[in-house]
Amino acid sequence: MNHDFLLKIELRSHPRLLCVLRGAMEPLVNELGFSEEECRSIVRSIDEAVSNIMRHSYCGRLDRPIEVSCRSLRRRSSGKGGQGVEFLLFDHGPAVDPTKLPGRPLNELKRGGLGLHLIRGGMDRVEYKRTANMNRLRLIKYARSSKQRPNP
Amino acid sequence: MSNSPELRKALLHEIRDARVTRVVLNLSGMKYIDSSGVASLVEGLKASRDLGSRFVLFGLSPSAREVLQLSRLLKVFDVCDNEEQALASYASPS
Repeated sequence: MNHDFLLKIELRSHPRLLCVLRGAMEPLVNELGFSEEECRSIVRSIDEAVSNIMRHSYCGRLDRPIEVSCRSLRRRSSGKGGQGVEFLLFDHGPAVDPTKLPGRPLNELKRGGLGLHLIRGGMDRVEYKRTANMNRLRLIKYARSSKQRPNP
Repeated sequence: MSNSPELRKALLHEIRDARVTRVVLNLSGMKYIDSSGVASLVEGLKASRDLGSRFVLFGLSPSAREVLQLSRLLKVFDVCDNEEQALASYASPS
């Protein structure tokens, strides 16, 4: 058993469940010792990533499964900053071509494309992988300070 | 994401159909805003500019302010700290 494993949630692809997911994630990352700003940043990234799955991978269908799991990570090998947290998001939509997900230039005042920017800006690592007919998005955030608490 | 279509619809109705000349948006009751909500605000701002009307926001939470900052939109919008400032901003030229 992976003792760093903290939480796993499976939700349907309904936008109204996003607030439920945020409600679970916020106390979790807070409990891990991230700052308030870091907590908001992490929750925002997860929310935007799951929104993208609902909107793009499942094309607005409301009944498809999305899995979100979370585990704690040890301190970076460089020794800088605090410990980290990793989120894995799985969906069963069609494969995504990451090269076609550039986001949009921020100097353009137009609708769309901000979600990816917020995800990338909020996390330290963002990795996409196609695995076993599923899309897997891996998001990692390290705490800037070292005030993290032991795992709950 | 779940409420932004309603926000977008209401904003565009007021601006394009009702042709209001001043839009002052109180966001103090908004617990969370995502990129979809920001996109709706951007559409409202653009529609206002197209008609030569003003579009002012106030009551932003720290989270909403961060999202606009990260999106580099904080300075694009007219953002005030409270309603008094927002209404007073109409006394000054845009």
